Amino acid sequence: MNFNPFVLPFTVGLGFLLIMVIYRFIRWISKLPFVDRKKLWMGLITQKIFLAVKEIFLESLIHRKIFRINPLLGYMHMTLALGWFLLIVVGNIESRLYGGSELNPPYYPIFLRYFVHDHSNIPYGVFFANLMDFLLLFVLSGVILAYIKRAFSFIFGVKRKPRRKIQDIVIMITLWTIFPLRLFAESFTASVHGNGGFLTGTVGSFMSYLPHTNEIAYTFWWLYSISLGTFFVVLPFTRYMHIPAEVLLIFMRNSGIRTEKEFTSYSDLEVYSCPKCGMCMDKCQMGFAANIKDMQSVYFIQSVRNHKIEEKKLFNCMVCGRCQEFCPVGIDLNAQRMIQRKFMSNFVSSTFDYLPVISLPTVDVLYFAGCMTHLTPAIKKAMLKIFEHAKVNFNFMDADGTVCCGRPLMLTGKDIEAKKIIKKNEETIRNSGAKLLVTSCPICFKIFKEEYALNIEIMHHSQYLLKLVEESRIFLSQSEIKAVYHDPCELGRGSGIYEEPRKLLGKTVQLQEIKNSKEASLCCGGSLGNTQMDSFKRDMISADACKQLLKGNPEMLITACPLCKKSLGKFSTIDIKDIAEVIANRMENDKTIKESKEMVSV
Amino acid sequence: MIDFGYNLNKDRQIDFDVNNRKIAQYVKKNEPTFSVCISCGTCTATCSAAQFTDFNFRKLMILINRGETLKLKNEISKCMLCGKCFLACPRNVNTRNIILNIKKAVDLL
Repeated sequence: MNFNPFVLPFTVGLGFLLIMVIYRFIRWISKLPFVDRKKLWMGLITQKIFLAVKEIFLESLIHRKIFRINPLLGYMHMTLALGWFLLIVVGNIESRLYGGSELNPPYYPIFLRYFVHDHSNIPYGVFFANLMDFLLLFVLSGVILAYIKRAFSFIFGVKRKPRRKIQDIVIMITLWTIFPLRLFAESFTASVHGNGGFLTGTVGSFMSYLPHTNEIAYTFWWLYSISLGTFFVVLPFTRYMHIPAEVLLIFMRNSGIRTEKEFTSYSDLEVYSCPKCGMCMDKCQMGFAANIKDMQSVYFIQSVRNHKIEEKKLFNCMVCGRCQEFCPVGIDLNAQRMIQRKFMSNFVSSTFDYLPVISLPTVDVLYFAGCMTHLTPAIKKAMLKIFEHAKVNFNFMDADGTVCCGRPLMLTGKDIEAKKIIKKNEETIRNSGAKLLVTSCPICFKIFKEEYALNIEIMHHSQYLLKLVEESRIFLSQSEIKAVYHDPCELGRGSGIYEEPRKLLGKTVQLQEIKNSKEASLCCGGSLGNTQMDSFKRDMISADACKQLLKGNPEMLITACPLCKKSLGKFSTIDIKDIAEVIANRMENDKTIKESKEMVSV
Repeated sequence: MIDFGYNLNKDRQIDFDVNNRKIAQYVKKNEPTFSVCISCGTCTATCSAAQFTDFNFRKLMILINRGETLKLKNEISKCMLCGKCFLACPRNVNTRNIILNIKKAVDLL
């Protein structure tokens, strides 16, 4: 039995960590709602588990998403995660070769070099010594990058770093020392015994000129063990808890569990999986355009974890969902924020008795303009023109003033009140007997799709217009106008509609590709999700978004949301139009089309 | 009463002994733009709720400022928070936050 007192800090730390992690895991799994627990077990016995394992390999070890954001940053994370993982695995295999029973104590592979000095008789002994040295070098390259990142974070594409708490700083310093200490401990031991791989052997041969190498080596083994032990003991209370939590998170996510309307045990797991990396900070427009630095998702998630949510910061967010797209862990940040907002707003309830249920004659298509479209009447007029042109049997549901769709209330966490409005609207829509509901406002579109219990098809007008064109009910002529399309948050990230507007516009204008489009699209700054931000800050965001959209000098800026049109319109130096206006202007009469075709045939 | 063909208006004098300015102070503290309102009425003209009922945000702002808050609870709950007034306001008053704060103040105070 190989034993030395210095293994104690490591062993105790590891034991503590294992107990904490197992306790947390059991709590998370046992507190899952019944439906989710069933999903998890189904996920573990079906082929979903292979997908989960693949994702864990790609995300937790290789860090593919971080590679996409910045290769150097990705490499740094990969060395630490994959390198350390391989050190453990290869170290374990190696320790088996050196004998001992199946029940080797857990510290044995870690401190192998201290206990065993002679690898000349062991099969592949030299190979393993060199392989372990290579892995150590691999990890050390990441540690060196981490040192550099402290001072020159811009090289890694990191502009803003979140504030750290004291325990986070302690564990970070511990992490920085673990591998250099291992290098020194192994090198000194190698110098005493005249062995070691290409790294420890070389460093060790330099060390051999020093006196008392044996004692120094022993001290380093102690320090190495203490730093490992400290890391393990502090880990459950710091951001590094994301390492074990993320593994379980990926299993659960691949089983189909999501954060929806309630704060479940899965949401709690998401909170613990946040590594506080701060990627959300760099992507937040309120940070880089409006200089608001204290409300970003990283701080919000920490406030949930510490049960210290500040109302002002909670509501000071546009809920545009841009941070979520870039979150390397894939936390549903919007859903998390909406859940907390619900807890905050439990005051005066409204009945909305005064709202009418409008009775409409039966038609095929029902058109709902929405509040914002009434503020930008050009869109409404364009839609009516198109409906008439295409001879659609339609009805304008909110011609005499809109009953709100309920989404603005929902965005402020007042779901119960929103439901009352939704009931009224549902009744009006059902009474009309329409088979298709078309809306001009992506905000309304999202809630119609997600919250309304309607058995009819719901379309945003960009989808509907594409359908009309494809059914040859309206004809478009191609032009040379250079245009840029701006993805509204609620339509793009919110509802996943990116291609239809592009396909439709491609038929009549020349679309320019821009840097921040689709998932990375910028918010116009008008968002109804934020109740705290004043209009000066909003203007800063709109102006910045506008500047980025117009970088390629297009002739026309096109969007698909009345609110975006209004916010961006303040700062756009060129023509800004809704997609419906573009189509209404570019529409050709059937006659002219037919005539031109005849002329070609003649 | 004998009908003389005209009638007397109610006393329009503000009674500062009765009036409750606490709500105004609470809202002002949480949303400073409350004080820049010039009562132009654009908010009311564009209001979605006002299409269907007699909800009048401009009037409410004046009443709160004066401290006449008797019917406030019933009135303020008519708002659907759609945000049109915020976009229309020429003074950039953050109307949605004001309404949320009024609702809270009514409950708290």
